Amino acid sequence: MTNFAILPILIPFIAGILLAFTHNRILLTRRLAMLFAIVHLMTMGFLLYKVLVDGSIVLEAGDWSAPYGIILVLDPLSTLLVLTSSIILLAVVWYAPASVSEEQEGFYFYTFVFLLVTGVSGAFITGDLFNLFVFFEVLLMASYALITHGGKKVQLRESIKYVLINLFSSMLFVTAVSYIYAVLGTVNMAQLAERAAASDQPGIITTVAILLFFVFATKGAAFPLYYWMPHSYIVPNPVVSALFGALLTKVGVYSLIRTFTLIFHQQPEIMDQLFIWVGNLTMLFGVIGALASRNIKLIVAYNIIPAIGFMLVGIGIFNHDGLSGSIYYLLQDMIVKAALFLLAGTIAAVAGTSDINKMGGMIRSHPVLGWMFFIAGLVLAGVPPFSGFIGKLLLVRGAFEKGETTTVIIMLLTSLLILLSIVRAFIRIFWGEGEAIKQQTRHSARSLLPAGLLMLFTVFLGIGAEAILPTVQQISDYLLNPQEYIDLVLKGGR
Amino acid sequence: MEIIMIVLAGILFGFAVYNILQKQLLRIIIGTALLSHAAHLFILTMGKLKRGSSPVLTEGTESYSDPLPQALILTSIVISFGVTSLLLVLAYRAVKTNGTDNMEELRGNDHD
Repeated sequence: MTNFAILPILIPFIAGILLAFTHNRILLTRRLAMLFAIVHLMTMGFLLYKVLVDGSIVLEAGDWSAPYGIILVLDPLSTLLVLTSSIILLAVVWYAPASVSEEQEGFYFYTFVFLLVTGVSGAFITGDLFNLFVFFEVLLMASYALITHGGKKVQLRESIKYVLINLFSSMLFVTAVSYIYAVLGTVNMAQLAERAAASDQPGIITTVAILLFFVFATKGAAFPLYYWMPHSYIVPNPVVSALFGALLTKVGVYSLIRTFTLIFHQQPEIMDQLFIWVGNLTMLFGVIGALASRNIKLIVAYNIIPAIGFMLVGIGIFNHDGLSGSIYYLLQDMIVKAALFLLAGTIAAVAGTSDINKMGGMIRSHPVLGWMFFIAGLVLAGVPPFSGFIGKLLLVRGAFEKGETTTVIIMLLTSLLILLSIVRAFIRIFWGEGEAIKQQTRHSARSLLPAGLLMLFTVFLGIGAEAILPTVQQISDYLLNPQEYIDLVLKGGR
Repeated sequence: MEIIMIVLAGILFGFAVYNILQKQLLRIIIGTALLSHAAHLFILTMGKLKRGSSPVLTEGTESYSDPLPQALILTSIVISFGVTSLLLVLAYRAVKTNGTDNMEELRGNDHD
């Protein structure tokens, strides 16, 4: 029963290894990859059901009891995120043959994709701060391979910067962990939470927390540490961009949510303001970047940043509505970002350029693509009835409750500017005269289905919010009460 | 003893940052390697330097050294070893294709 907790890591890991052996038989590899992605999705769905019905699952690896061994925790939050990442994995694996060349596919492409998901799942479910670093490295290693996959000049140029900034922040992470070990004498998150709450030196803990905040903010692309992100996310294949945009930055945000609700909430007056202001500035600067871009992929990549800002503000608000909003936004943003990157990749492939000024009139030749891009834009901006609206509504309500009126104004302004940036891109690309693009490549039909699957999920998250919101609110209550997590891990269940 | 180690780690951090801020790619890589050494030394020191027997509990063991920092360092060393070798290969490829190892010349906004 508790051994189920290893599955989110084990399935993609085994899939990655097996797919390495079949790499020169492309058809077989594709089918196997699809099969594994579907199995992963179904298993994660089953696990979520199990966790919601029977309560969280904790695995103590090697039967070393909680504070000493490595533990894996499947609680509602981590399971929900693992499920979401498996949906993205399925869409990405489905889309890949339309966009990745056969030569690249044969070069262990799927292996790296699955290993990336292994790392992401591991980061979501681990209950140990050092283990979190290890899983970060697992996913980063796979991402280093994916970002250079294809070996184009521009890819190599940007990947150097990507690797260096991530390496630097990883080393900072290790340093921060060793500070924490020196102060609190453990790296198990539950025990850290317990000891931090009982500690009489909140000042030192807050200092270390801010160091860790900068580590996760670098990974999660928050202001002022996002500069490395947009340009390096758009150089690889659109499939890889979708995977990165949907998963990598969100792992950083998840780590912030987990550690800062659980462990580092000693001096709320400092931490909350830090989160709110970093969030505000992240929203503003990100959306300004999106407005200034003329490259469709860059517009989508810059739109990751304000979303990160929304989530940070939600953590800073730190009440029931704020945290629910953050989690809801996190879930829906993972899916809609993946969809947008896939659509932008298709648009760029069909038009033969990614400069929006050189496109035009594509709605006549590609109506479905156009309207899907439009809906994805509405979701991103938070127009009701789509899912972005629910997340923003919760955040705004939480901010008012806390009395952060400035933040509310910035949030609404940012949403409006996001809408402007997307609608402007939509008008440039799909309306107007422009030469109607006739080339019906294999791209259009085949690549729309995976994006359509993702769009279906986002629309469901918006219209079917009634079904998911109670779970999210339950998670929010659970995060506000760290004792529950501590009891779960250290005392073996509720 | 801790003080000496901390100062040494600090010096290593300083050199690492200095090297990372250079323009030449190889120097930057040396900087990252030094950075990882500094971080590892730092973990070891933060776990308190103690003399004692190995951390296997037998009767009569009075003092034993803390195994956790050592386990952490070992993991971290393996990872940074892997990343450094990957970075060297990547740098080699990047220099070959871009024709320069100067970070100033590796800037740019063209993406096609």
